[in-house]
Amino acid sequence: MKAYYSFFKMRLLKGLQYRTAALAGVFTQFFWGFILIMVFEAFYRSTSSPQPISLQELIQVIWLQQSFLVFVMLWFRDSELFSLITSGNIAYELCRPTSLYGFWYARLIAQRLSGAILRSLPIILVASLLPNPYGFSSPVSLFSFGLFFVALTLGLILIVAISMLIYIFTFYTMSPTGSLLIFGVLGEFFGGLILPVPLMPPLLKSIVYILPFRYVADLPFRIYAGNIGIHEGLQGIGIQLLWIFVLLSLGNLWMKNALKKVIIQGG
Amino acid sequence: MIEVEGLYKSFKVAQRNAGVTAAIKSIFNPQYKTVQALEDISFTIDEGEIVGYIGPNGAGKSTTIKIISGILVPDSGKCSILGNTPWKNRINHVRNIGVVFGQRSQLWWDVPVMDSYYLLKDIYKIPETTFKSNLDLLTATLDLSALLSTPVRQLSLGQRMRCEIGASLLHDPKILFLDEPTIGLDAVSKMAVRNFINTINQEKKVTVILTTHDMSDIEALAERIILIGKGKKLMDGTLTELKNRFVTHKTVTVDFAASTQDLSIKGTTVLSRTKERISLAVDLETIKVSDVISILSQNFDIKDVAVNAQPVEEIIVDLYKEFQI
Repeated sequence: MKAYYSFFKMRLLKGLQYRTAALAGVFTQFFWGFILIMVFEAFYRSTSSPQPISLQELIQVIWLQQSFLVFVMLWFRDSELFSLITSGNIAYELCRPTSLYGFWYARLIAQRLSGAILRSLPIILVASLLPNPYGFSSPVSLFSFGLFFVALTLGLILIVAISMLIYIFTFYTMSPTGSLLIFGVLGEFFGGLILPVPLMPPLLKSIVYILPFRYVADLPFRIYAGNIGIHEGLQGIGIQLLWIFVLLSLGNLWMKNALKKVIIQGG
Repeated sequence: MIEVEGLYKSFKVAQRNAGVTAAIKSIFNPQYKTVQALEDISFTIDEGEIVGYIGPNGAGKSTTIKIISGILVPDSGKCSILGNTPWKNRINHVRNIGVVFGQRSQLWWDVPVMDSYYLLKDIYKIPETTFKSNLDLLTATLDLSALLSTPVRQLSLGQRMRCEIGASLLHDPKILFLDEPTIGLDAVSKMAVRNFINTINQEKKVTVILTTHDMSDIEALAERIILIGKGKKLMDGTLTELKNRFVTHKTVTVDFAASTQDLSIKGTTVLSRTKERISLAVDLETIKVSDVISILSQNFDIKDVAVNAQPVEEIIVDLYKEFQI
């Protein structure tokens, strides 16, 4: 366990070095957040029928999306891992007395965490200073905040479990571009990051609820905004745990299989 | 300690000619060729041996190293290293081994070497005291003290290689696999690496298997040689055996006080002759070198004698020729 921890720490420290990248990210996310808010404001103004999520709640979701972007986006990747596989430098990783799956998992969690530490707080802080209704406000209750925190953590665990599949897939394809693109786009759409899940038509919504993607971002953010109540939130966390179990087992199994067939590239 | 029996491994290699037409053709009709990388490789290595694993490019050296270090699964064959089958009990197996791939790096590129060492300490769960004593030994013998606090990307190749070798020995491995450890190193660094390998072999009884193209590595280190070519084992024996079998000639060069006397000794051929020097190729099957020298000393007023054996490089070239690899 200590090995994973020190590996995690090393990765975290490395990620924290990139302050300028984080600053640029903060500005982009702000800009993007404003565009989304303006689009949805226009949409809400033009309709008179009540929507399944209020503009106020939606704005909370948007700010959370922007600040925890590196937590929830599938395309956020560790290109070093891809080059390890394609260049054959994975040889050394395989010479270590640890499970490769666990090792890479720790590495990916650390990478996302270090990215979020530098980006999320500044965005949240500035967004909460904005005037109503555009600002970021405090959670509906302390309990729902606790629930949000649990769901967000599990969401991080879940998204890394999903992204591990992309890395393992690269053992077979030798190029990450295709799977990254497909997983990235599908994940973003079915995770409710393009169109908020409550605004989707019923059929699409039922598909989204079957897939794991919405349990990464949509669930925790809507819990925070108060759009998902305590009861439904707890249910969602149960489903998160289920998906994590399924995807971790699947990933581990697939990794074992891939390593049997893997050819270490290069001499 | 290391028992390898009947190892087979083949690779499917994509084939296509250069050029756009060939590339488009291969989209619809990809051509593959099966390359037999290893064919019935068997050997046994005992504790404390240093074995040179040699062969021309593409012979299957690296493939063998990959298989016995547990990172490649062979098509068939048995292998038992300290009771483990590398590709089945990978995690238990790699605890016992240290590996250096000369062309790859195990150190973290952006951080000082010492950070990588600490990480390895945690990965291998090395006790504090062992880590410290190993680090001291490695620092002293590999002359690392000035390098440990430098980021890896700022080290020269030779410096980095010394750190790489250090990194693979922190956890007291019983076996060390070195895949071309001296590739690209200058003479001084090569000497340092060789001395070091000898030291740990003698002091810690580490079994060493090394692949190399540098025959002076072999001469300086390996008692035993395994020669492979085109995936097959061709020879397994000591360096002396190899020499006895393939060294058939020696060169005797003699300087003497000026003389124009003609001389022919049976079993020798004159390679060059000046007024003060003669160089003879001696056929060891016909005549002994000492006899040649005594005949020469009877005829000339000898000032200096030099006897040269065929260098190992040439023997290896002859070997490759003989086995047609």
